[in-house]
Amino acid sequence: MSLPNFPNLGGNGNSHRKLCLIASKGSLDMAYPPLILANAARMSGIETHVFFTFWGLDIITKSKNKHLRVATVGNPNMHPWFHIPTLLGALPGMSAAASWMMRREIAKLDFPPVDEFVQVIMDSGACVYGCKMSMDMMKLTKQDLVDGAEVLGAMEFLEIADGAQTLFI
Amino acid sequence: MTNQISPLLQSVEFDAEGFMTDPNAWTPEIGSAIAQALGITLTDRHWLVINFARQEFAATGQPPTLRKITKSTPVDTKEIYQLFPGGPAKTAARIAGLGKPTGCI
Repeated sequence: MSLPNFPNLGGNGNSHRKLCLIASKGSLDMAYPPLILANAARMSGIETHVFFTFWGLDIITKSKNKHLRVATVGNPNMHPWFHIPTLLGALPGMSAAASWMMRREIAKLDFPPVDEFVQVIMDSGACVYGCKMSMDMMKLTKQDLVDGAEVLGAMEFLEIADGAQTLFI
Repeated sequence: MTNQISPLLQSVEFDAEGFMTDPNAWTPEIGSAIAQALGITLTDRHWLVINFARQEFAATGQPPTLRKITKSTPVDTKEIYQLFPGGPAKTAARIAGLGKPTGCI
């Protein structure tokens, strides 16, 4: 029996969708896009894989992901309320201050800090990978990454990404 | 689909994506019937989430974000994904008779 006014029975129709994200940047501002997308995908029932490579590895490195910073030098996009001229941005403490402000604004929107957000997407069932080559270069081992993260080479990741929508961030 | 559909849903209006068009027409019985149609048998843990979502909707006019639910109820992220498989944000909102959630978190 089915009712014409009760569509999508037995599921939400998204079970076939798969999203692969490549997170390549590790600044505080660029850590959020892959985490937000991964979380939104899982909330919608989409299979999700996130490959952290190069600076993006900082997002899942235990000793670093609580202390990500936003750049105050060479960043033309700083929001007016903490706009800092490039020359002043080079002063000691500027990046720390801007990062502190950004963390505060992010918390106001009820978005979790980066380390907690990584845990949320893992709890939600997103698969998290560290790029093997980047880890070798930065002298990181699996123990340096958040618990539950796997180490993968690029070819293996591409195998996982077969048939997925893939975004490089 | 083989899931059981209660005749109770015969008189309920849904939009094209399966969300109730009138959240005020929702009753716990309709909630159970929607869950059943989605293949979910509601437990006390489900009701913690559904009741909280209803309360928040009554207070704010919006379905709560998943983060709000996991922060405000004893149900954590892992559990909510088990309780509402196939995307907890939409599934929980459907069962609670609320509109499609628009929050990013």
